[in-house]
Amino acid sequence: MTATNERTAAPGEATVLAPEAIAERVLEVVRGKAGDAEAEVLVRTGRSALTRFANSFVHQNVAEDVSSVRLRVALDGRVAASALEGSIGGEALARLVDDALETARVRPVDPDWPGLAPADPAPAVEHWDEATAFAAPSERARHVRSFVDGADGLETAGFCSSDGFEVAFANSAGQRLAGRGTLAIQQGIARTSTSDGGVRLADVSLAALDSGDLGRIAGEKARTSAAPTDLEPGRYQVVLEPAAVVDLLHFLFIYGFNGRAVEEGQSFARVSEAQFDPAISIREDVTDPGQMGVPFDAEGTPKRRVDVVAKGVTEAVLHTRRTAAKAGAKSTGSAVPGGDDFGALPENIVLGPGDRSIDELLAGMDRGLLVTEFHYTRILDPRTTVVTGLTRNGVWLVENGRISRPVKNLRFTQSYHEALAPGAVLGVGRDRSLVPAEWELGASLVPALHLASWNFTGGARG
Amino acid sequence: MDDLATAAVEAALNAGARYADARAMESRAEGIAARNGVIESLERSERAGVGVRALIGSSWGFFAVPEASPAAARRAGETAAEIARASTLVPGPPLELAPVPAQTGSWSSRCDEDPWSVSVDEKASLLESVTRTMQEHGATVGLASSHVWDTRKWLATSEGTHVDQHIAECGAEMNATVVGEGETQRRSYPGIRGQYGTRGWELVRELDLPSNAARIAEEAVQLLSADPCPALDATTLILGSEQMALQIHESVGHAVELDRILGWEAAFAGTSWLDLTQMGSLRFGSELMNITADATLPGALGSFGYDDEGTPAHPVDIVRDGIWVGVLSGRDSAALAGIPAGGAVRGDGYDRIPMVRMTNVGLIPGNDTLEGMVQATDDGVLMDTNRSWSIDDKRLNFQFGCEMGWEIKGGKRTRLLKNPTYTAISPRFWGSMDMLGNRDEWTFWGTPNCGKGQPGQVGHTGHPAAPARFQGIRVGVRG
Repeated sequence: MTATNERTAAPGEATVLAPEAIAERVLEVVRGKAGDAEAEVLVRTGRSALTRFANSFVHQNVAEDVSSVRLRVALDGRVAASALEGSIGGEALARLVDDALETARVRPVDPDWPGLAPADPAPAVEHWDEATAFAAPSERARHVRSFVDGADGLETAGFCSSDGFEVAFANSAGQRLAGRGTLAIQQGIARTSTSDGGVRLADVSLAALDSGDLGRIAGEKARTSAAPTDLEPGRYQVVLEPAAVVDLLHFLFIYGFNGRAVEEGQSFARVSEAQFDPAISIREDVTDPGQMGVPFDAEGTPKRRVDVVAKGVTEAVLHTRRTAAKAGAKSTGSAVPGGDDFGALPENIVLGPGDRSIDELLAGMDRGLLVTEFHYTRILDPRTTVVTGLTRNGVWLVENGRISRPVKNLRFTQSYHEALAPGAVLGVGRDRSLVPAEWELGASLVPALHLASWNFTGGARG
Repeated sequence: MDDLATAAVEAALNAGARYADARAMESRAEGIAARNGVIESLERSERAGVGVRALIGSSWGFFAVPEASPAAARRAGETAAEIARASTLVPGPPLELAPVPAQTGSWSSRCDEDPWSVSVDEKASLLESVTRTMQEHGATVGLASSHVWDTRKWLATSEGTHVDQHIAECGAEMNATVVGEGETQRRSYPGIRGQYGTRGWELVRELDLPSNAARIAEEAVQLLSADPCPALDATTLILGSEQMALQIHESVGHAVELDRILGWEAAFAGTSWLDLTQMGSLRFGSELMNITADATLPGALGSFGYDDEGTPAHPVDIVRDGIWVGVLSGRDSAALAGIPAGGAVRGDGYDRIPMVRMTNVGLIPGNDTLEGMVQATDDGVLMDTNRSWSIDDKRLNFQFGCEMGWEIKGGKRTRLLKNPTYTAISPRFWGSMDMLGNRDEWTFWGTPNCGKGQPGQVGHTGHPAAPARFQGIRVGVRG
C-alpha cells in the first residue's frame, strides 16, 4: 500500500489524497462536530474502464474515475448514513457530516444497532496487478481485437474491462484497514444465424486473460450449437459449466446462507445438517489465491475463510454485524455498502473441485444436457429456492456420454438447493474458472457439475 | 455548470472528436427503509461530476470524472477522445447521427410538495408505523421504504445544444411476508416495486400506506392456506394493472429498444425477436393493443423535457391497432435504421454513457373494467401484483408469477389461489387480448429499478397500464 497521504494517480490525473487520508479527515470533522458520536467511514477510489463490442466492433468504450465516501454515525444508538461522490472539498465534506449527524439526532434509538467493528487486523491479502490498474484503452481494445479474431469470422459481442481500486476503512473504535485490488473481465459471445456460444472469465491480471482463445472457444460453441432442434421439456440430467454453476450458488447465498434470511425463517439452511451431496463443499474465501477483492467489508470487519458447506454438511451462514448480533454469532465480513436491506452477501465464493475433466463428466451421462449458462433467473419462493430461467449461449443433448446434437434453449423451474441434495451430484469437475458476477457479487471460483435431475418446464415454443 | 459541460465538449473537439456532448450533473438521493417497526437504513447521498461522449470516425469514447471543476471537465473531454481513438482499433461501419435541431431551454418536473422539505422524522415514522401494523396483523416480516431523488443536469453538445433540467422523483413501497411450513407468501402495496413518479411527496401521501398495511398482512396470511393455482394448459387469464405494467415493460418495452434490435446488447441483455424489415406490417397483438412511448406524461416516472442527447420529449407510437409501428431509439441507432431520433436515450448519472432506455411505455386504455372482465368470464384465473419475472434473450418466451390469484367460475371470483404463474410466447399472448380496462382503471406505474448495460445502469421508467384479459394461456407452472 501507499505509505504517504497521496495515492498513485492515473496517467494524466492530478495527485489526489489517498483513501486512508480522506477517511481520517472525515473522522476528524465528525469528532469536531460531535465528539461522542460513533462513526465509521468507507472510502473507495480508483478507475473503472470497460470496452464493449457488438456486431464485431467496439460500440461503447467507457471509463470513469471513482471517488466515493460513505459515512455512518450513531449518536447513543440513533443511526444514519450519508454518502458523497465527487470532490472532497471543505464544503462537501461538512455537508456529508452534517447530513448524517442531523438525521441521526432526530431518530429514535435503533434497538438492534450492533455497534462499531472493533480494531482487528485483516488477513494479509492483496489481489493486485499494477498493469491492470492503469491499463490504457488501447490495451482493452487489443483484447477485443483478439477475441473477434479468435471467433474466426463469426459475429461477436461482449466486453473487456479493467478495474483498479483502493479502499480504506476507519472508525472511531480504532479500526483502521486499507487494501487495493484489480479485476479484469473478458466476456463475449460468437454468433451464427441460429446459435450463440458464450464465455465469461475474470482474472486479477488483464494480461492473464487469453482473449484470443476465449474468442475461439465462443466460436466453437456457436458453430457446434448451430441449427438446434426442439427437445421435449421434462427432467434431465445436466452437466452445468462454471458460468451456470455460479448462478445456482448466488441464489443459495442470497436466499439461504444469509443470516438475515435465517433469522426471518425464510432460509432453507440448517446448520449441522447434511443438506447437500457429500461431493459439495462451498466456502466464502477472499484469501484463496485465485480470488479477487479486499479482505474486509463495508463495516470494517476482516474477511476470513468461512466454510459454508463441508462435504455436504451446512456448517455456517454469512453475517453482517447486525444479523450476527441477533443470532449470537460473529460477523463474517459480509456487509456491502448500503446493503442493509439485503443482509449478508458473498463476494468470493469458492466451490471445491472434484477429479474429473469436462469430457469425463459428459462420459458419465447416459442422456442429459450440457448447459453453458443460464439467463434471466428469478426466484419464485425464497424458502424453497425454486427458480425459473432459461438456458443460453449453448445447450446440447448428450447421449451415451457424447454430445449428440444442439437443442433450442429451454425454460426450467427448479429448486436450486434440491438440485444439490444428497445423491443428486453425480460428478464435480477438477478445473475451476473465476467467473465474474453480472451484478455486485464479486467473482466465484467454481468447477463444472454433473447433476442427476433438472426440471425443464418449457421449450422455445412455450 | 453549463460552462463545465461546454468546456468538456471543447476539450474533446480539440483532441480530435468530430462530435461531442457532455452532461454536468448534481444529484442527491435519500433512501429510508424500515423493517418490523425499526428503521434499518437511512441514507442520504450526493453526487456531482461530468460525463463526456466523443465520436472519432465511427467510434465512441466516454469518460467521467467525479468532480465539477473546469480542469476536471477538460480532462474528461480529452480522455473521452483518447478512448474513442482506441475504439478505432476495432472499427465499425460508418456512423451518423439522426438530425436534431440545436436546442436551448430549461425544463422542470412538477413538484407540489418538495420531498426534501418533509422531515426525515415524519418519513421514518410513517415507515416504522406501517411495518409495525403489518407485524401486528400477522406478517413475519414487514418492510417499507421510501426513496427521493433530485437531479439537475446541464447538457451541451458540439452542435450547439445547451439545455438544463431539474427532475424531482419520489415514491414508496411496503410488503408483508409470512413464513409457513416450507413456504413463504408475500403481499405488496401498491405493487412489488411500489409506486414512483416525477412528482413530489404528495404522491406518497396519496398512496395512503397506513390504510393498506393491515389488509396486505392479512392477505399474506390467507395465502398460506389457499389452494395452489391449478396447472392448466390453456385458460382465460385476467391480469390486474400492476402485473400488466410488468408485462408491458418486459415483453414490449425491452423488445422495441432499437439497440437490442440492432444487436448492441446481444451479449448481455439480449436481442429482440423483432426484425426492422417488418416494422409497419408485423402483427404484435390484437386490435385492442395500442402502445405509445411518451416522455411528456405529467408525473410519470419516465418523463423529462429532453433526453440525454438533447432531443425534445415527444410521444412515439410503438404498436397501433395491434401492428408494430415504432421503436425506442437514440440519434445513432435511429440513423442506422433510417428513422427520426426517438428521444429515448438516457444515462444513469454523470458517470454512465447515455443509452436507449424506456420512457413511459404503456397501453392506451380500452373500454372495459376489471369487474366487467370477471363477470364476462365463465372459467379462468385472475392474477395481480408481480412476484417473479423471467423472459428469454429475444423477449419472446416469458414466465411470470404473481402474489395472488383467484379462480373465476361463472363470472364470479371463487377460490383464492396462491403461487399463480403463467407462461406464453409474446405475440401469441398479446394476440389473445380480448378485453382491456378503461381510463378509470389506467395507472401510470413507475419502475425505479430497470437494469441494463455494461457497466450496469439503473433506469427509471413509466408504464401506463390497465387490467386486461387474455385467452388460451398456460397457468400454474411449478418446480
